[in-house]
Amino acid sequence: MSRDEVTRLEIGSDVQIAGARQAVRQAAVAAGFSLVEQTKIVTAASELARNTLVHGGGGHMELAVVENSGGHGIRLTFTDDGPGIPDVDVALSDGYSTGNGLGLGLGGARRLVQDFTIESRPGGGTTVTAVAWSRMAQRVPR
Amino acid sequence: MTAEAGAGRVSVLRMGDILIAAIQQELTDESALALQQDLTEMAAAGARGVVIEISGVEIVDSFLARVLSEIAAATNMLAGRTVVAGMRPSVAITLVEMGLGLRGLETARSLEDAMAVFRGQAGR
Amino acid sequence: MTSVGSDGSGAATVAQVLETRGEQVAQQWADLPLFRNVYTTGRDAAVAAAHRLVRVLAEVARHGRLDDTSAPDFERVRPHLAQTVTARTRSGATHQQITAEVAELKRPLLEIVARETGGADGAVAAVELMGTLRVVVVEIALSEGAELIDRQRAQLLEISNPVIKLWDGVVAVPLIGTLDSARTQVVMEALLQAIVDQNAGMAILDITGVPMVDTVVAQYLLKTAMAVRLMGAECVISGIRPQIAQTIVQLGIDLGDITTRATLADALKWALGKAGVSVVVGEG
Repeated sequence: MSRDEVTRLEIGSDVQIAGARQAVRQAAVAAGFSLVEQTKIVTAASELARNTLVHGGGGHMELAVVENSGGHGIRLTFTDDGPGIPDVDVALSDGYSTGNGLGLGLGGARRLVQDFTIESRPGGGTTVTAVAWSRMAQRVPR
Repeated sequence: MTAEAGAGRVSVLRMGDILIAAIQQELTDESALALQQDLTEMAAAGARGVVIEISGVEIVDSFLARVLSEIAAATNMLAGRTVVAGMRPSVAITLVEMGLGLRGLETARSLEDAMAVFRGQAGR
Repeated sequence: MTSVGSDGSGAATVAQVLETRGEQVAQQWADLPLFRNVYTTGRDAAVAAAHRLVRVLAEVARHGRLDDTSAPDFERVRPHLAQTVTARTRSGATHQQITAEVAELKRPLLEIVARETGGADGAVAAVELMGTLRVVVVEIALSEGAELIDRQRAQLLEISNPVIKLWDGVVAVPLIGTLDSARTQVVMEALLQAIVDQNAGMAILDITGVPMVDTVVAQYLLKTAMAVRLMGAECVISGIRPQIAQTIVQLGIDLGDITTRATLADALKWALGKAGVSVVVGEG
């Protein structure tokens, strides 16, 4: 991974969630993702952006195209200064919901990407990082 | 694939006792909720069925999935049926990967097939 | 080759020859098949590549690690060697050919070493050094082979899962062999796309050729059937042999409301029935 170009978008309204989806879609097309791969990462971005807005009270998304010897990937980092997640394991389990949706937001997003991490402290905000690789890039051992 | 708020309002057509909403562009959460309200109110005013055509929709996340499920549940309660038609392969794959099978939802391949469901002849 | 000391001085001799006569060695190497076949655009590029290798070998010899394939100096030349090996592999050369071509580099070097130095020490060290280079190339060629297998496996994925149209509106995928995550993703995408392209209302997943169904495979089948249903088509899983049916029950896997049939023929009959087609067996 070398000199990733990072784009930063504010997540403060549902229109900005849609904007984040568009930005991720464009990056996924540029990174050579197949249609299904694009749809998965855009959907994951939508879930995570909504999580940032609804639970974190807004924040921002950082979008970077990353690279390994097999191809490209997309790294999304969502950061908010909200109340934090008291129990990450519980938040990732299906059916957990404190807001809108089916309670599949975080858990669903995690199933759509290859790497997924949450850092959260009660009262200290939340940072979710998700990385998806194109099919060829996934073949390279990490 | 525009994302302006408000401008993304989906219009609902009535054909006899069937309501048809064709979503042609990406919805903001707000316009999805507006559609839910419109459809539920119109269904309450008398409708046998609702068809939501989503072949123009590139992504369905858990929020939109919930909206679709709730529209179906509401029309069910009002003695009607909701059929979601034209889901793209990439959207279907993504939903099942997320763990969203949308079990209660009726589906059809196209608007035409969905209308055939209501004409009482199962679409082939 | 009498003592450790002579080994060390041999290495130093080779290092010196490679340093002072590097250009001469590179010129001769550039005309050999290994470089000539790769750098087809011009001799200058071949000479430059050969010279790069000469300089690295000089470093290896200078540090006296003639038989160490993991010497740091070799690490630096690995990418260049890998390019060369890849190019030769792509143009159809076998491992044996490539190592034979590397072996050919030895003679010109030995001749120059013999001319420049009188004793046998230098020659012995040069042989050892070139032997080590050959091992490094073999290592690279083997890892290249692994990558090639990976690429071929990816291609095989695309062609080994044909979606077949059985009737108007009825498509089927006969799955054969072991199912893994990469493969089922390809199958799922191909089947769903076929539903759109063929305007099919019926999709058959035939698992007659699948040797084993565990929870993971069952999950894949379930997901595919769910995705087919989301698109508004119907999915049948056929070819569930008795022992697979038993495994599914024992594992406690719930196939839910997915239609299953024992054979592909049964599944087709079911699909045709749904489509309102009746099959009449003619007489005679």
